[in-house]
Amino acid sequence: MNSAVRNDYLDRLLQGQNTLPEAPSTWLRKLRMQAVERANELTVPTVRDEEWRFTDLSPLYKLPFGPAAGTGAIDAARLGSYSIPEALTRLVFVDGRYSPGLSLTAPQAGVVAANLAEASLAESHLGKLALMDDDAFVAVNTAFLGDGAFVHVSRNTKAAAPIHLVFVATQKDTAVYPRILVVAESGAECTIVEDFIGFADGPYLTDAVSEVHVGENARVAHVRVQRESQAAFHIATAAIGVARNAGYSNWTISLGARISRQNLNVAQEGEGTEFSVDGLTLIDGRQLADTHSSIDHAHPHGKSRQLHKTVVGGGAHAVFNGKILVREGAQQTDSGQQSRNLLLSDKARIDAKPQLEIFADDVKCAHGATVGQLEAEELFYLKSRGLDDAVARNLLTYAFAAEIIERIPVRSVVDKLEQYVLERTQLDQTQSKQA
Amino acid sequence: MVREHAAELLEVRNLAAKIGERSILKGINLRVRAGEVHAIMGPNGSGKSTFAKVLSGHPSYEVTGGEVLFQGNNLLELPPEERARAGVFLGFQYPIEVPGVSNSSFLRLTYNTVQGARGKEELDPLEFDDYVREKMKLLEMDPAFLERSLNAGFSGGEKKRNEILQMALLEPKLAILDETDSGLDIDALRVVANGVNKLHTPANGIVLVTHYQRLLNYIEPDYVHVMEGGRIIKTGDKSLALELESRGYEWVAREAA
Repeated sequence: MNSAVRNDYLDRLLQGQNTLPEAPSTWLRKLRMQAVERANELTVPTVRDEEWRFTDLSPLYKLPFGPAAGTGAIDAARLGSYSIPEALTRLVFVDGRYSPGLSLTAPQAGVVAANLAEASLAESHLGKLALMDDDAFVAVNTAFLGDGAFVHVSRNTKAAAPIHLVFVATQKDTAVYPRILVVAESGAECTIVEDFIGFADGPYLTDAVSEVHVGENARVAHVRVQRESQAAFHIATAAIGVARNAGYSNWTISLGARISRQNLNVAQEGEGTEFSVDGLTLIDGRQLADTHSSIDHAHPHGKSRQLHKTVVGGGAHAVFNGKILVREGAQQTDSGQQSRNLLLSDKARIDAKPQLEIFADDVKCAHGATVGQLEAEELFYLKSRGLDDAVARNLLTYAFAAEIIERIPVRSVVDKLEQYVLERTQLDQTQSKQA
Repeated sequence: MVREHAAELLEVRNLAAKIGERSILKGINLRVRAGEVHAIMGPNGSGKSTFAKVLSGHPSYEVTGGEVLFQGNNLLELPPEERARAGVFLGFQYPIEVPGVSNSSFLRLTYNTVQGARGKEELDPLEFDDYVREKMKLLEMDPAFLERSLNAGFSGGEKKRNEILQMALLEPKLAILDETDSGLDIDALRVVANGVNKLHTPANGIVLVTHYQRLLNYIEPDYVHVMEGGRIIKTGDKSLALELESRGYEWVAREAA
């Protein structure tokens, strides 16, 4: 595919841009314009780009999606099944538009959870972490800036309950541009759950960008659940900046979409930070799910722990690229990365690549990657207790995934995801039996 | 306890097995009747653990000769899960850790699976909870173990207690305990051995695979067999174990040669 065709694709995505409602503020209008200009200079990635070697987006480039015309009808009961009882605040976006009717807010002093388009506090932080310089999807997302989720937690304030950000796509053949900005001021604490849900019965594109500013001594727990429709394309970038002595935890869960790409960039902005980054990809059929993470140790005394797991069935393909950068001067960095991959069928494929770039000399960096099938010894143990082969396999697959899910700090999310994994692994077994 | 007319549980005739191209079992003969305790001893690499695994159907080993009858039926044609349901239990030397699956739900799943296969009553979670707590008392286990993931992060002694707890729940006809004493301190050894003794009845048989005589101070064997080079080369009573403890294994091999 030549670059003219690729530019043409961006042009077509951008065509709908001028139908956007007028930006409510000058700075937003300006940011959009910059993004359109930037997008016009960029091309979309292909497998010839090193960062996209295993993830071929050409099926997406054949589908010229436009922005959703208005908000689709939503099945409230179906949406209700995704609710998180612990969350007292829920912002719901349907086809990119904020839906006050479906949202829920519980006012708390020092905590703002609101529509980004109406939040003046957002200006000084928006677009500072997720850079559009060389990322066409971030640029296009920014060109369509409008409604989005904005969470601001004031200094030394602890958000009383998890904040649930829900993005539902209901219309096929459309592109939506979810945008999330979280600002935790120094000493603040909050738990954010991003949820991408697909109700559309055909292909669509979610091009999402999240930015999380974690202030000094602040603590942010950040859960991202991608459960788009099976025909969807999902491309998301989360960029996180973590200030001195702050803690940031992330759980990135990829379940849906035909092709998905999750970028996660966590960067140290000061000394003594702690990162915990977990990922779980559970796919089958013809799905492709790509997780690219980058952990940037730019200051001394940073600690990071990463555990990424994939469970790949059918003819699915999972990609994990985990970059750990330890910059010069980032002494006493303590970094650990583990990539564990489970293949459930002969046609399943995983490309796992740890990528360590270390420019400091007094650091501890451990990494490991395994790709395999279920262990014969583990299966034998369970079968020696009377369990059928199929039950033993399901149990071990479930356990493999549950190790990540169990770490999520919101109980109802844990329960629902575990239920989902249980049902899905049993389904896999039934299908392979019938085959 | 040896009884002349007790029912025969296990008959192993000339059993041979290999892993890959390496032949490990080279003609084992053994008969276990209901009520008996057999100890299989021998130096490292003599094939004791392989024998235990072959009896319970480990997929890595290929049986190349001989036969094994369990209550008169061909055991070797059954997959591991059916051997377990028929009443063969293997206590693992190294129990597998399964993080993410709670011990209680695992125990209930295996219990109900085996009960169902035997045409017996299954228990709902509440009933099972009462039942398993009773069994845990046998092994002086803290009920908190029910809430933890299966064997995950358990100490050596905790894992072995959990193995014997599974034996208590699955009520095997034949329990093969592979190095159940390894990794146990003296208190844990006493507790585990007491548990096994309480589960031993005139209706079941126990095969203890062990390297050391220590365990046999607590669980008294009716027969002691010495394995060497994939065969049983000597059989005696419990005094043989004491003799092995003081003299080592070499003299038995020389005597048998």
